[in-house]
Amino acid sequence: MNARGALAALSILLAPAAAAQGFAGLGLDAEGFAMPAPDPEFDFPADHGPHPDFRIEWWYLTANLTGPDGTPYGLQWTLFRSALAPGEAAGWDSPQVWFAHAAVTTPEAHFVAERVARGGIGQAGVVADPFDAWIDDWRLYGPSIDDLTMVATGPDFAYEMRLTAKGPLVFHGAGGYSVKSAEGQASYYYSQPFYAIEGVLRLPSGQVPVTGTGWLDREWSSQPLSDRQTGWDWFSLSFEDGDKLMGFRLRQTDGPDYTSATWIEADGATTAYPDGAFRAEPLGVAKVAGREIPVRWRVTLADRGLEAEVTALNEAAWMDVGIPYWEGPVTVTGSHPGVGYLEMTGYE
Amino acid sequence: MTGAILAALWGQWRRAPLQLFTLVAGLALATALWSGVQAINAEARASYDAAAATLGEGRFAQVVSADGLPIPVETYVALRRAGWQVSPVVEGRINGVRIVGLDPLTAPGGLGPVSLGEGADLGAFLSGPGQLFGTAEALAALDAPGPEPVVAPDVAPGTVVTDIGVAQRLLGAQGLSRLIVAEEQPMGLPPLEEVAPGLVLRAGQGGTDIGRLTDSFHLNLTAFGLLAFAVGLFIVNGAIGLVFEQRRGLVRTLRALGVPLRRLVVLMAAELAALALLAGVLGIVLGYFVAAALLPDVAATLRGLYGAQVSGDLSLRPGWWASGLVIALAGTAMAGFGALWRIARMPLLSAGASRAWAVSSGRTRRVATLAGVGLLAIAAGIAGFGQGLIAGFACLGALLTGAALMLPAGLDASLRLAQRRARGVRAEWFWADTRAQVPGLGLALMALLLAMAANVGVSTMVSSFRTTFVEFLDQRLASELYVDAESPAQAAEVVAFAEAEGLRLLPILSVERELAGLPGELFGARDDPTYAENWRFLSASEDPWGQVHAGEGVVINEQLARRQGLSLGDRIAVAPGVTLPVVGIYGDYGNPVGQAVITERLFRAHYPQVAPTRFGLRIPGDVEAMRQRLVAETSLSMGATINQDGIKAFSLGVFDRTFTVTGALNVLTLAVAGFAILMSLLTLAALRLPQLAPVWALGLTRAELGRLELVRAVVLAALTTALAVPLGLVLAWVLLAFVNVEAFGWRLPMFLFPADYARLGLFAVVAAALAAAWPAWRLARTPPRALLGVFANER
Repeated sequence: MNARGALAALSILLAPAAAAQGFAGLGLDAEGFAMPAPDPEFDFPADHGPHPDFRIEWWYLTANLTGPDGTPYGLQWTLFRSALAPGEAAGWDSPQVWFAHAAVTTPEAHFVAERVARGGIGQAGVVADPFDAWIDDWRLYGPSIDDLTMVATGPDFAYEMRLTAKGPLVFHGAGGYSVKSAEGQASYYYSQPFYAIEGVLRLPSGQVPVTGTGWLDREWSSQPLSDRQTGWDWFSLSFEDGDKLMGFRLRQTDGPDYTSATWIEADGATTAYPDGAFRAEPLGVAKVAGREIPVRWRVTLADRGLEAEVTALNEAAWMDVGIPYWEGPVTVTGSHPGVGYLEMTGYE
Repeated sequence: MTGAILAALWGQWRRAPLQLFTLVAGLALATALWSGVQAINAEARASYDAAAATLGEGRFAQVVSADGLPIPVETYVALRRAGWQVSPVVEGRINGVRIVGLDPLTAPGGLGPVSLGEGADLGAFLSGPGQLFGTAEALAALDAPGPEPVVAPDVAPGTVVTDIGVAQRLLGAQGLSRLIVAEEQPMGLPPLEEVAPGLVLRAGQGGTDIGRLTDSFHLNLTAFGLLAFAVGLFIVNGAIGLVFEQRRGLVRTLRALGVPLRRLVVLMAAELAALALLAGVLGIVLGYFVAAALLPDVAATLRGLYGAQVSGDLSLRPGWWASGLVIALAGTAMAGFGALWRIARMPLLSAGASRAWAVSSGRTRRVATLAGVGLLAIAAGIAGFGQGLIAGFACLGALLTGAALMLPAGLDASLRLAQRRARGVRAEWFWADTRAQVPGLGLALMALLLAMAANVGVSTMVSSFRTTFVEFLDQRLASELYVDAESPAQAAEVVAFAEAEGLRLLPILSVERELAGLPGELFGARDDPTYAENWRFLSASEDPWGQVHAGEGVVINEQLARRQGLSLGDRIAVAPGVTLPVVGIYGDYGNPVGQAVITERLFRAHYPQVAPTRFGLRIPGDVEAMRQRLVAETSLSMGATINQDGIKAFSLGVFDRTFTVTGALNVLTLAVAGFAILMSLLTLAALRLPQLAPVWALGLTRAELGRLELVRAVVLAALTTALAVPLGLVLAWVLLAFVNVEAFGWRLPMFLFPADYARLGLFAVVAAALAAAWPAWRLARTPPRALLGVFANER
């Protein structure tokens, strides 16, 4: 997953630049910020923690869950870090801004909450070991990244989940160096897509015990998008046979879209696919929050024989936050049935 | 046909330009006073709104420390981590400018100059040297090096908004002043006291809301505006009544020529509306100048009395433009309805002669008198049983209207008394003729009565207030020299100096905290005979200061006692876990906030964070010499010290500015009343010719007639003034004992100032004489041909 958080992150800080310099200002130069370089060597658990010299970073968790009666649910817990300047400082002088989105999606409803905080005073932050990521009362923590507890609350929902990793970390692109455009913009990007989850959703209708699977994305960068890219469509799909797919399409103002994908086998073995291999085309749109949003898609990856239709569980999964976007659970039918998450940004 | 009718109506104005002038000028004056007052109120309210928008005052609930201590950042983080959606604020003052530090990331929407998603440069606000948002004046006064100043006219006057980190740096503050509570909170929030003991939640629209605090003041101004407008309406009503009386002949002729009544009435209504619009626009322009002239004083008053910051510059606001026009139209409609109604009901063949516009026949006068008695009864009822500021003003309204309605009957009775004692034909004729004039001059005299009564009432109130205030200052400002240190280190120098010189030092220790459930100020007083020697109590138990200094009691001000219904012996909390009985209640005429005083020892034990920087110094000998020594031997500047006389002069200055506005409005209303008399006399003059011609024919010279006219005006004005003085005193009583208590929380003793009343009465009589001089002079110069013509043209 990709520029998703960066969208929201930078858009808050640099909104006026949006029109002139690519969507939400994501094409700006990196003044004094560290830049991702090819052939990364990750250092865990330290790299689960923040990288304040990079401009943007996120801990992005989505989950497909099922209630006792078989009702499908979607869940999101995302923490973003956005630096006004490289580095960290104590107290109110910290240049680090944190914000977070939490959501629960049911077939009928979509609950959203947002939190914003500044670094330096302890209101939000991430510690790598033992792992603890928090903002206000929202928290993702545990003895290790493989064994986590996750809580979030909103005005009309709350949840508490236990997550246990059932497989290894997977790295996107070239060993975790994920290229985002033909000009070479890139980010560091790895995932833990093998969480087993159980917990309780608290909704206005009452409490619902749920179980399912979760997918954590970790990504950081300083300049992930080309200034000609206007938005993206990002898919994380878990198929019934145990394989998984991460694929995204970056829409460009000039020329064809830029696509990238990682095929993840049930044991964690990955295959990265270059621009053009993964394809995604809208099949139908819905009117959501006054915009036309593609909520049915055909996704194909010829090398794996993937020919599937992706449909939103709830078309109204609109994230009405600082800079709004669509994010929600999907159902996959066709050659590889399954479930997943879809994020779409830049639809005006 | 419409054109012809309009030409005929216009012709009448052309023949009587004075009446046109009276109508337009009266209405314009009334509108000017009304819209001027409204403009001042609108400007002040806009300033409060800007303050509220900047600071989230009123709109949002707040979390504050029950004991006035700063809130540690850790407590804020603990609240956030418990789910509480609160946003920190740091406040303080530098160079008289209010510094407000916000965290734009957590501040609820619409708060402060920079908010999320609004496109402002959040990066520049949050990081680096930061930014300061404020009006150009506030930024210039603050003059803080480092952060980038950004001129933002929408920020409240005298306030600078910046990032919380920058504010803490500028103010040298560690903790937070308060927390703003977002409207939307997550599910399952733990109770506040569990997460942050010692903090309390204060609901939106709390007791410190400047808007509510100053409501009484604005209501006061509005009442004055309405009074002025009412006086203006008397003029308009008189002018319209006269014009339509004179139009009876014209209307009869036009109708005889076949003009439908409906069209005639509609056209005359339209004509009045057009004149009202013209006068309204003139009045608004005049009102703008009135407001612009008075606003700096109002701003100074509000600052001195309530600490509310109001911009001294007037901007044009559509609200009061519209309100001025509406009130001009409404006033004209009220005044014109009766006249048009009479025209509409006039039989076609009735005599076109004017009825000498003696509208107030015996019967209508009886009705008016009865209504007046009723209104006075209502006023008495409200004064006896009413509560609240609105009731206070209703009482004033009923009192003044009732008295005005009874004026003609009162004048008539007095004149009848004089007539009975009159000796000689000429004197008898004079009194009889004067009585006959009362209905015609009635409205103008009512205006004079109201203006005079308001003058007497308000000047009694102000002077009583001032007398009490001066006495109060003498008690309170007992120390010979007051010192304002810039820092605790400088304060230590002062303490050392006082010790070395063997001077008694009275530190001024205060903290803002809740008192009996209301925001208030708690003071710590040193055990020093100064307090017992100087402070006087409205009620107290035996040796109140002895009990206070023993830590066994607390003394509170009248405001707190009245608002919370506290009396001697009631216990109030003064520190966490400490309640003390009230042992004294003192009068406090300097501020509207509740206050309590405990002993210094207790204060310091519970509020160790309050380091005194202000002191009173008792100096037995040469104060000025000691002041020079203090400045020479410490790092204090001369400006940081002020002697007793200086601070008294400053306090009285604030006080006197407070009432400049009411004083100015008083003068204006008196001027309007004088104008009303002049216009009534001028318009009456023409109608009176037929009544005067026979007297002239019987041998009274024109010069004598003119002199008698002047005497008549003076007699009527003097009688009205004599009636206005008792009315004004009742008014003063209502203001002091009712309105003041509701508005400010204190009751003032009433003093009488006979010399002032005599001077005011003289002014009123002189105003009436001046107003009558020109009509009298014109009468004395009436060509004999005109007087003779009366007999020739007998209608």
